[in-house]
Amino acid sequence: MLSLDGRELAAIFAGGALGTVVRAIVGTVFAPDPTAWPWPTFAVNIIGAFLLGYFTTRLLERLPLSSYRRPMLGTGLCGGLTTFSTMQVETLKMLDHHRYGLALGYTTASVAAGLAAVYAATAVVRRTRVRA
Amino acid sequence: MNVLTWAGVAVIGGAGSLLRFLVDRTVGGRVGGTFPFGTLTVNITGATVLGLVTGLALNHDAALLAGTAAVGSYTTFSTWMLETHRHGEERQLAIAAANIVVSVVLGVAAAMLGQTIGARL
Repeated sequence: MLSLDGRELAAIFAGGALGTVVRAIVGTVFAPDPTAWPWPTFAVNIIGAFLLGYFTTRLLERLPLSSYRRPMLGTGLCGGLTTFSTMQVETLKMLDHHRYGLALGYTTASVAAGLAAVYAATAVVRRTRVRA
Repeated sequence: MNVLTWAGVAVIGGAGSLLRFLVDRTVGGRVGGTFPFGTLTVNITGATVLGLVTGLALNHDAALLAGTAAVGSYTTFSTWMLETHRHGEERQLAIAAANIVVSVVLGVAAAMLGQTIGARL
């Protein structure tokens, strides 16, 4: 069953709090318009996907095992920085406004750019040699 | 908007991230297999709740705390992309493709369901 590690949970909480504040600031400064491209969500999602690809690959394949860096940076920071639910509600609003092309383009571009960001980050980490 | 609201965003964002971790691990542990059901569960339930919150038409600060902070931090785009990429890398292309299609289709449907419920409350 679930075995809980207090320090691991604290690491996730701290990273998640920071990531969420950054995302909320970006969303507040660049207020979204339901009929236009949602740049704030798009930007945090793609940057977050790149960072998660970078941190995960580096922590699993390049650095000595650490218990708290991955929960803090991956599960916490990147998870809190990025959001799936906002992307879906934004897509729904586009559909409600009959902006079908925009909805399709937003979904396709998010997935394509998100996967490309993970791919690029993974390649960047793997290009560097394992430290002796 | 003040310091207290932003402190609330931080605390609620941390809590949402913890809930995501716990739900993901519980679902993943029970279902097993290679398909990332944990992340899918988190994202679809979150899309439903955010649709509901949107349907309620809350004021700015309440929407920031309940929507952006709580549900936004609970769901994740980055893990969805990482898991899809890793399945593709392992040549499990059917799982990778299904993870994209199922998430997108169920995600919009879930948001629509939530919004409909929220608008009637």
